[in-house]
Amino acid sequence: MISRRDFLKNAAKGIVGLSIPLAAIEIISPEKIFASKGDKKVRWVFLVDTYKCVGCGLCVKACKLENEIPYDANVTRTWVERYVIRKDGKVFADTPKGARDGFTTDKIALGEGKYQEIKKEDISQAFFVPKLCNQCENPPCVQVCPVGATYQAPDGVVLVDRKWCIGCGYCIMACPYGVRFFHPVYKTAEKCNFCYHRITKGLKTACVQACPFGARQIGNIKDPDDPVSKIIMTERVGILKEEYGTKPQVYYIGLNKEVR
Amino acid sequence: MKTHVWRPLYVVIGIILIILIIRAFYVPSDFGVHERGYMYGWYRKGNIEEWKNFKVKYQGEGYCKDCHPDKIESIMKTPHAIIQCENCHGPAIDHPSEPPKLKIDRSREQCLRCHFPLPYPTSGRANIRGVDPERHNPGIECVMCHNPHSPSSGGKR
Repeated sequence: MISRRDFLKNAAKGIVGLSIPLAAIEIISPEKIFASKGDKKVRWVFLVDTYKCVGCGLCVKACKLENEIPYDANVTRTWVERYVIRKDGKVFADTPKGARDGFTTDKIALGEGKYQEIKKEDISQAFFVPKLCNQCENPPCVQVCPVGATYQAPDGVVLVDRKWCIGCGYCIMACPYGVRFFHPVYKTAEKCNFCYHRITKGLKTACVQACPFGARQIGNIKDPDDPVSKIIMTERVGILKEEYGTKPQVYYIGLNKEVR
Repeated sequence: MKTHVWRPLYVVIGIILIILIIRAFYVPSDFGVHERGYMYGWYRKGNIEEWKNFKVKYQGEGYCKDCHPDKIESIMKTPHAIIQCENCHGPAIDHPSEPPKLKIDRSREQCLRCHFPLPYPTSGRANIRGVDPERHNPGIECVMCHNPHSPSSGGKR
């Protein structure tokens, strides 16, 4: 039999124990403290202006040649989507060959060799949306890698270690944006890395340089004087699939709800 | 305990030891948990340098200007000034040493990337003049008549 005194004592201990938040007993890793000191001066971000994009696809062509992605294989690190919204509300979207050769027909590809013709007067909205890796702050593709072959570099870019990748394809499945694919030559996971070899040398990415209309821009969000940072901080910009909590770092001007 | 219990245990311990020894040699010392912790920062640090050393192919018009300033100056006066040389001439890589000659894309498709008319509102595409490729001299290259370095001068060579 438990005495009244013991019962009250144990109940008080239990209440104190329950009131300690879980965070208070979390083991703090030294890496976390080191990182939070904030010596990181660079965090690469991307800005896309969908009003400026004309769907020429020169960015896709440049990306494939710059990054040695087999030109005729149906894989690409970046692509351009065309959205045509009809006045009756129906949405059509296509990206033939990832827009490697641009959009040289007004027929919308529906897949399986079928095409949809839309009359000019039936269009309520039509525009182009370039897509590329979002270099998420919380990249789900990195979480699922079982061998540590894909990771977030200190400047925010998610890279793939081709020597370490075993080609299991988990990351390709995990990416909500579908930006990852299997490299047909190296047989490893492949993705846009913001042309890491270029941005770390002070160059623009191949797609940014190739775009004649300034629809694509790359910047450093940690630099308050960076023109891209200024736009992201002061103008109305959108991100893709916010609800996944991945914190994507590719920002869009003129994003529509139809864009997925 | 009897030896028939210990013996397989020694075998298991031996296998584990062999795996640990192989691991010590196979896994490089820079592989481990870095800045962002185990979830996002578990990787081989040397790979960052490997990516940085990837070959740059598109050099940009500043690179072209060193040897072809006349071409840059002339195109800068035209609406095509916004187009990078390498978009049509191909990536310079180490030109003129490698490749000594660039392969120019003179195809109709190259011009139609922008000049196929798509009357899309809310896109800059609607403002670019275009031609119907099936009616406008099909089968011949645009550059037979038009000079892409001087498209506004009447549009004709």
